[in-house]
Amino acid sequence: MAHAYTPGLKVTNRMKHSVVRMLPIKGDVMVKVGDSVVADQIVAATYMPGDVYPLNMANLLAVPPKDVLSLMICKEGQKVEKGEAVAETAGIFGKFKKKYNSPYAGTIETVSDVTGQVILRGPDIPVEVKAYVTGTVTDVNPEIGCTVESDVAFIQGIFGIGGETCGTIKFAVKASDEILTASSITQDMKGCVVIGGARITDDSIEEARKVGAVALVGGGMDDQDLKEFLGYDLGVAITGSEKKGITVIVTEGFGDIAMANRTFDLLKRFEGHEASVNGATQIRAGVMRPEIIIPIDSGASEVEIEYEGGYLEIGKSLRIIRDPYFGIIGTVKALPSEPHVLGSGSKARVLEVELKTGESVIVPRANVELIEE
Amino acid sequence: MTIDLENISVILATDCGSTTTKAILIEKIDGQYRQTYRGEAPTTVEKPFANVTIGVTNAVTEISELAGRKLTNEDGTINQPAQGDDGCDLYISTSSAGGGLQMMVAGVIAEMTAASAKRAALGAGAIVMDVISTNDKRRPHEQIQRIRELRPDMILISGGTDGGTTEKVVQLAELIAPAKPQPRFGSEYEMPIIFAGNKMAASEVESTLQEDWIDLAIVENLRPKLEQENLGPARDKIHDVFLEHVMAHAPGYDMLMDWSDAPIMPTPGAVGDILQTIAKKENINVVGVDIGGATTDVFSVFEGTFNRTVSANLGMSYSISNVCAEATMPNVLRWVHFDMDERQLRNRVKNKMIRPTTIPQSLESLIFEQAVAREALRLAYKQHKEFATTLKGVQQQRTVGDTFSQQTGGNTIVNNMTLNLLVASGGVLSHAPSMNQTAMMLVDAFEPEGCTDLAKDSIFMMPHLGVLSAVHPEAAAQVFERDCLVYLGTCIAAKGLGKLGKPCFSWTLSGDVNASGTCNFGDLECIDMAPDQTATILCEPARGFDLGAGNGKKVSHEVRGGTVGLIIDGRGRPLGLPEDRQQCQMSMKTWVENMALYEEIDVAVATA
Repeated sequence: MAHAYTPGLKVTNRMKHSVVRMLPIKGDVMVKVGDSVVADQIVAATYMPGDVYPLNMANLLAVPPKDVLSLMICKEGQKVEKGEAVAETAGIFGKFKKKYNSPYAGTIETVSDVTGQVILRGPDIPVEVKAYVTGTVTDVNPEIGCTVESDVAFIQGIFGIGGETCGTIKFAVKASDEILTASSITQDMKGCVVIGGARITDDSIEEARKVGAVALVGGGMDDQDLKEFLGYDLGVAITGSEKKGITVIVTEGFGDIAMANRTFDLLKRFEGHEASVNGATQIRAGVMRPEIIIPIDSGASEVEIEYEGGYLEIGKSLRIIRDPYFGIIGTVKALPSEPHVLGSGSKARVLEVELKTGESVIVPRANVELIEE
Repeated sequence: MTIDLENISVILATDCGSTTTKAILIEKIDGQYRQTYRGEAPTTVEKPFANVTIGVTNAVTEISELAGRKLTNEDGTINQPAQGDDGCDLYISTSSAGGGLQMMVAGVIAEMTAASAKRAALGAGAIVMDVISTNDKRRPHEQIQRIRELRPDMILISGGTDGGTTEKVVQLAELIAPAKPQPRFGSEYEMPIIFAGNKMAASEVESTLQEDWIDLAIVENLRPKLEQENLGPARDKIHDVFLEHVMAHAPGYDMLMDWSDAPIMPTPGAVGDILQTIAKKENINVVGVDIGGATTDVFSVFEGTFNRTVSANLGMSYSISNVCAEATMPNVLRWVHFDMDERQLRNRVKNKMIRPTTIPQSLESLIFEQAVAREALRLAYKQHKEFATTLKGVQQQRTVGDTFSQQTGGNTIVNNMTLNLLVASGGVLSHAPSMNQTAMMLVDAFEPEGCTDLAKDSIFMMPHLGVLSAVHPEAAAQVFERDCLVYLGTCIAAKGLGKLGKPCFSWTLSGDVNASGTCNFGDLECIDMAPDQTATILCEPARGFDLGAGNGKKVSHEVRGGTVGLIIDGRGRPLGLPEDRQQCQMSMKTWVENMALYEEIDVAVATA
């Protein structure tokens, strides 16, 4: 028996989910253990040290670096306003003094008598952290952040664009293999997480953005459309910081590929519910996948059914994830143990897949992922 | 510890990669060191194991089973010394697990001290995340912002020749101190900063960097004079800090360091060492490449000068999309001899990126991946040539005679005409279904000129041999020569351009193989020469072509055979493919057929 490769995508109708919300530096946590929070509620806030502006005061005043300290009007630790004089030359017999006015507001951090450089720190930058997912605060790390726990339905996508957002789940298609086009996007989708079936087209993304949808989820999309949406050819798969006005998540891959029935049905069950979504993706060591989190009632007695892959066994359903059969669904028919020479000339361990048409094909074991139909 | 080299008969070496730990066994057979067995297992630095030695034990256990030699004790430790058919005499290891060594470097001038600092860091096996210099066109607050965002394992500061600028060097330190970069190993980690700049500025730098989160080390200036680099002390310090700080924070490495009889080296540093050893021993110029899923490393040794570059986003799985974005799809497709749908290809590339472990099943898919590999290698080598230069900023004395032939400093030292050996490693090159495919990927991407031997690392054992060369150079050299390198053959290629079909050079081969012919411009052919065969080739280039002796001048080379044979390349250098797509496909089709690249597979069926 062999373990099938899956990208480790999690799709579950119920699980305990906790999300750690942390400030980048110490600050104020505004909630306490046991508090109920909603997704867009601010749970912690602080001020980041401002930007640093080095000022080469020796050059600016045309004096030797060692003289700068004595010519400073504002000393280390002192606050200055934009346009305020911070240093002044001695002049000639007390006349013809030259002043230097600060180009920025901030605080004088250091004055160096070696380089004549003054480090001016800009005003503090406010940072706010939202709860992101509706739930209950279960842990508070003083001055750092908190943990929000909820019972959720959880779906990991395979690739996404854009950061955290939340909205109501609304369907724009009737079936998991239906392509999402602009004509399916309606005005009442404003603020919604819009669900498509198979491929998301570029005009549907544009239309969804126009009507104010917060996110769009579909089975696949064309890379050419992604390039047009982003305005550049995406090279390295590190996303999440794009400011495109909408978060886009594909659950299966690139091209014309239907959303897995299990994912589609799960989302359908929760149409009208609030969902928190994040398109951030990192395909490197320490992989990060986009996610759709749907908080559900904690009282519901339904048991968790999780699906994360498993072992290749005869009869199991799978999808082929590489050309020439990309996206085709079938079942394991045979698992020959001996390596097989592929059409490419390479030798690899393979399996025989029976397609829905009744036809059988040989595929490398590395090129399939198990699915639940 | 002292190692008695005379009594070493069994050597065990491991390389702990990001995903796989590879172990090899070297045994002394009839007085010669030979690599005998190999085992591998997943690397175990991540949870739930979080201990690198578990992966090492698993890989070594595989060898034990294959070799029938008990190499581990009951508690999982290495069984030493060898007694009869059990144990080993020497255990060594390299590592790039956990993302390897990530560094940030800084220097006063980008092209001078900062470039030298980058060379020192790369030579030590690091990934250089960014280079900060006073002339990098970023404003100081932007530089500080960048330093804040990075999470390096250590920082190397250079700048100023000895007795040169102090002020600019201290300014660099003043950028780093307020930025307070966050190390990736958490806030408890003291950031190691190595200062290797103007010795007169050392005390000022020390006082500027007096912070409780900094662990400052001061070493000799890596550029004491503009015309002199002294990278050794900085490289050694980087290795020390790597072991003391970075490795010490990686799970299980304290145990692994105890097991190992020699210091653990970063994997690319070890590969660089073995290539330097071989270049020195054979007195040749060598280029080596290792193409992985995410990155491509290029190493070169020309006239004894070693350089290494890491192209961080050029690779065949995680980075395949970036290769296509950087090279552009038309440049990738020029290596494909039939029509392909670009929209569909773009989706395939992205699907490979998000599912990096899939493999090409169809011939069409393999041909496309090998086309991408050519572009990844070409771009990585281009970056390498731009980086491996003579020292910039060196004052030159000129005479009137130099008026029309003036050269500035900073010219690349990589010279394809004087390159003797090109070594390939990495999945797409090592696992290509035919050796001819590997050879042609190398020739098309690196464009060797004159006479160049082609070889590949049989089972990616260069890292192991690199660390072994530091402990037992003789054993490393013997295994490298006999078991590591698989010679593909020799490439004879003329530099220059001409008209298609017109004579490029004539050649006569005498020795174990006797043959002669004329190579026209645009021709590419392969002469059978077995791995144990050698011959002398006498070449007479046409006007405008150079095979090593100058324009149109006769030259003879000693050539060796290999699994591919002798490649006679008359396509000219620089290698330019026809711009017209149809014409390009026709040329590629002829070359593919002449080199028998995909002969055992019916292309028509595969592409239908």
